[in-house]
Parts: sequence; C-alpha cells; structure tokens
Amino acid sequence: MSETLILSPNLEQADDFYADLLAAHEGLTKAESDALNARLVLVLANHIGNRAILTEALAAAAPKPTEG
Amino acid sequence: MSKIFETPLYPYERHPDQTAETPIRRKVVIVGAGPIGLAAAIDLAQQGVEAIVLDDNDKVSFGSRAICFAKRPLEILDRLGAGKPMVEKGVEWDVGKVFFDDRQVYEFNLLPEDGHEFPAFINLQQYYFEEYLVRRVHELQDAGAPIEIRGRNKVLKVEDKGDHTVLHVDTPEGPYDLEADWLIACDGAGSPIRSMLGLDFVGRVFEDNFLIADVIMDADFPTERWFWFDPPFNRGQSALLHKQPDGVWRIDLQLGWDIDKEEEKKPENVIPRLKAMLGDDVKFDLEWVSIYTFQCRRMEKFRQGRVLFAGDAAHQVSPFGARGANSGLQDTDNLIWKLKLVMEGKASESLLDTYDTERVHGADENILNSSRSTDFITPKSEMSRVLRDAVLDLSEHYDFARPLVNSGRLSVPCTYDGSPLNSADALDGPERTRPGSPCPDVPLKDGYLLPKLADKFTLLTIDADAPDEIEEDGITVTRLALSTREDPSQLLKDRYLGDAPSGVYLIRPDQHVAARRPSYDEKLFRAAIRRATGKE
Repeated sequence: MSETLILSPNLEQADDFYADLLAAHEGLTKAESDALNARLVLVLANHIGNRAILTEALAAAAPKPTEG
Repeated sequence: MSKIFETPLYPYERHPDQTAETPIRRKVVIVGAGPIGLAAAIDLAQQGVEAIVLDDNDKVSFGSRAICFAKRPLEILDRLGAGKPMVEKGVEWDVGKVFFDDRQVYEFNLLPEDGHEFPAFINLQQYYFEEYLVRRVHELQDAGAPIEIRGRNKVLKVEDKGDHTVLHVDTPEGPYDLEADWLIACDGAGSPIRSMLGLDFVGRVFEDNFLIADVIMDADFPTERWFWFDPPFNRGQSALLHKQPDGVWRIDLQLGWDIDKEEEKKPENVIPRLKAMLGDDVKFDLEWVSIYTFQCRRMEKFRQGRVLFAGDAAHQVSPFGARGANSGLQDTDNLIWKLKLVMEGKASESLLDTYDTERVHGADENILNSSRSTDFITPKSEMSRVLRDAVLDLSEHYDFARPLVNSGRLSVPCTYDGSPLNSADALDGPERTRPGSPCPDVPLKDGYLLPKLADKFTLLTIDADAPDEIEEDGITVTRLALSTREDPSQLLKDRYLGDAPSGVYLIRPDQHVAARRPSYDEKLFRAAIRRATGKE
C-alpha cells in the first residue's frame, strides 16, 4: 500500500460508487444516516490501518478556512 | 452484623511523644493509613527504617472502594509480605462481557500469560486489603521492627523547615508537635497536607456522577466483569457489575451530571434502580452506597523538598481501569528504596527527584488512559455518542471494532522509558525487559524469580560470568546466577534473552531493569550502578 494518502482520482467507477453511497442513505432518518456514516468511517479506517495515512486523511477532511 | 470496617483496627493510644517536653524528631512520618501509606511504612520498616503512620481515623476504609488489583501491585505486595493472603481471599477473573442496549455484543477473555506466580487481576474489597496490611504491620511489630500506626492522630498544620518538617497533630487527648526528617503524604485525593502546603492539584473534572453500590446476594451470575452501554435499566448511561469475595457484588451506575447526590444515595431511590438491573426476583442486601465524580488530576511535582506525595494525594484518575490504588503501590515501590539510600547517605537527595520524574510519567500514562475510557463511557457531544455507538454496533458483528470498545483499559505496569537512571540498552534482547521495565516473573527450578530480586540491587547473569558481589560507592550489588540449561519452561530465555546467547542485567531494588548487556564488563556495570543511583 502507498505510504502517503492518495488525493488524486483513484476510485473505480466513481459515479457508480457515489450512487451507491446515496442509495445506502435512502429512506434513513438523519440519526440513522449519521450512524451509517460513522460505521462507514470506522470500517474504512480499519481497512487502511496505517496511522500516518489516517492522520493525513483527518487533515485533508478538516474544514478549510474560506478564502477572500 | 458487625462488619470489618466498623471495628477499630488501630485504636487511639497515648504515645510518649505526646508528652515530651520538646517535640520528638522521627525519621519518616507517613500521613494516611490507607493502602499506600501502609505499604510505604511496611516497605521502610522491613528494611529497618523507622516509620510512623498517622491517621485521623482508627478503622479500615468504609465500603469496598478500590476493588481490582493487578499483577504488578500483587508482586509488590508479595515483596512486602502481604500478597499471598490477598490472592487467597480475592476473586480471580478472566472473562468480561460487553452489553449494548438490550443485547450482549461480545465477550472477551484476558487470557493471562503463563509462568507468573500472581494472577492478572483479583477483586478484593479495599477494607480487606487494608486489614491484611495492618496484620503485616503487627507481624513486623512483633518481630521488633520500627513501625507504628497512631490512630486518631489528625494533622492540623505542617511547617516546612527545609531539612525537616514540623507537624501539629491533634488527638482525643489534645494536640502535640512532632518533627519528621521526611514526610510522606498518602492522605488521599483530598490531601489535607497538600492543601496546608498550598500546592495545586490540576486536571480535568468530567461532568458525570456514578452511583456505586455493594450488594450482598446469592445469585448465579458468573465471576465475570459485565459492562453495559445504554442498557434498558439505565437509559442513555452505563453500568458495571463485578464480583467480590463473600458474595458481595459491586455495581456502578452512571447517573449523569445534574442530580441531587444526597437524594440519589437514599436506599428508597437506590433499591428500585438495582431491582431494574438485577430483576425483581433477585434478593439482595445493600451494604454500602456512594456517589463519585470522575476526575483526572495530578500535582505538578510529587516531591516538595522533604515532603513526598504518593497515591491519590499526588494523582487521581477515574475508575474502570484499576489505576488508582494500583499506581499508588507503584509509587511507594519506586520511592522507598531511593529514600532509604538517601537517608543512609549512600545517594544524594537529588535521587528523589527521579521519584518525581518516573512516577509523573506513570501518572500521565494512567491519566491519558483513564481520560480516554471516560470519553468513551460518557460521550459529551452528539457526534462522540454517534461514533461510540457505531463502534459498539460494529463490535457485535466484526472483530476489528472490539479493540476500540473502551470500558476501562486495565492497568499494566509502567516502564520508565527515558528515565535518567537507565543505562542505554546494550543487549539485543526482548522489548519487554529493556531498561526501565519491571522484571517479568519466571518459574525457576526452586520457586519464582521475583522473590530473589527483592529489596536490593541484583546482578542477574544468564549463562554469563560475573563476580558474586560488586561494591560501588556504598552500593552493594549481589549476583544471581541463572542458566538456560535449567529453564524447563524456556520462559527465562523468552523473557530475558530472546535470540541473545547470554545476558547480564542490573536490577534495581524495585525489580525494574537499570541496565543490560550480553556479558559482564566491570567498568560499564560500575557506571550503570552509579547511574541507577543518581550519581552520573
């Protein structure tokens, strides 16, 4: 596995994945959706495993200061 | 029924010090006859150093309080002559169950490692623990050791005189002054000594209260640790059930922040909560109820000149990790040999600063673990609860999530990595016995290893030559020669050599490794001894 976080396009069939993600949330309440997202983050984090990459991912996802 | 914690164990008796014309100077005065104060006194007295314990009470502690004791503290207690009766009385357990909502999400087994004399954990009420220590004090007294417990001796004032302290002590027959070369404050989280000296106790208070109850019942719950997150009988909160000796069960129920503590403690409010948890048909008697608030705090420095702080007086952690009394016992284990060398003039006072360095390191490790457990058990924001519940949901179906479930990370002994007393690691040996580590036990042909390492500096040689004794600037180091040819379990090799063909270890009186090399080198080991006693 790569030692750094991949931030260039890397998803197989990106549109299909995105549609699956929306479908997984369909019909769920806000609370159920939040819970699903939380479980998904944990499942993916475990798959990655590498602490350095996870630290980079947390930084990449953190809110960015708005420009201007 | 007369309970052990209702009987005076060290009733007040007038001591000649009280009527002396000028205050009497004592070598070591310890304030607080709890587990830590008693352990400190026993450690000193069995090595011939005078130890006077003052306590404002005359009984063991009320209620079970600290109930879970880990292997390392039991090994320390064995060195103090009190570990074995505790293990005999205590309840051993390995299995824990985690429940979420109305279902069990998983079960774990601590799977304790083989080849240790002491179990991974026992549960034992603090009052038994203290009773066994008091018994040991009496044994030492009978053998003529310089140790005393003065019951109902309450310290009202302490004055730091630089090379000693003066204590103003109240008794049922009026006050007296007592001087101490060294003062050890083991007077608990609310430490009056700490307040009298105007010292800070800084940290984090978690906004949550726990009801803690000891109940006596004949129930067929197994000897396991059961932890509930958000159970039907305590919605939105947590609960713990743990077994103690004599059919006593410990129950902890989270109550939240905004409660009336006095109301919640009343039996008419406690009993319905317990019935909801245990079921209506279970008969039980309520033995003790208390309410506590989670907090993690410590003093900036555990040494203030001639005053040394140990146990909860120096640092406080949230429960659920067996890190309170257990870490306090590691404090005195670390302190007493250093204090003895300083008192004998064999090391300079600065050696005591390493008590501060090493045990602050231990306290910080405990506070970190305990804070994380508390954040998991009592989530304080909506999203921390969502993530916590996601972990619990996943743990029911997938192994990967189970290590994330944090209902208390059970205490493991502290390794003093980076301590100024350690010499650089010169053996390509196992990680667990690197300098700073507490020595793991090993079964030998004639008993276990740890009792052979007690109270003194030891040069442990494994398939290596060395002199039988080394004397370096007043410090005597005695050799213990072992061989892997007499190592039926192979654990001596596994724990102390790994792939190395031979090894020589310098081991401190508290059974921590100070230095290790593949073979004996006089110059380097003499340097290691000086280093381990704060001389370079």
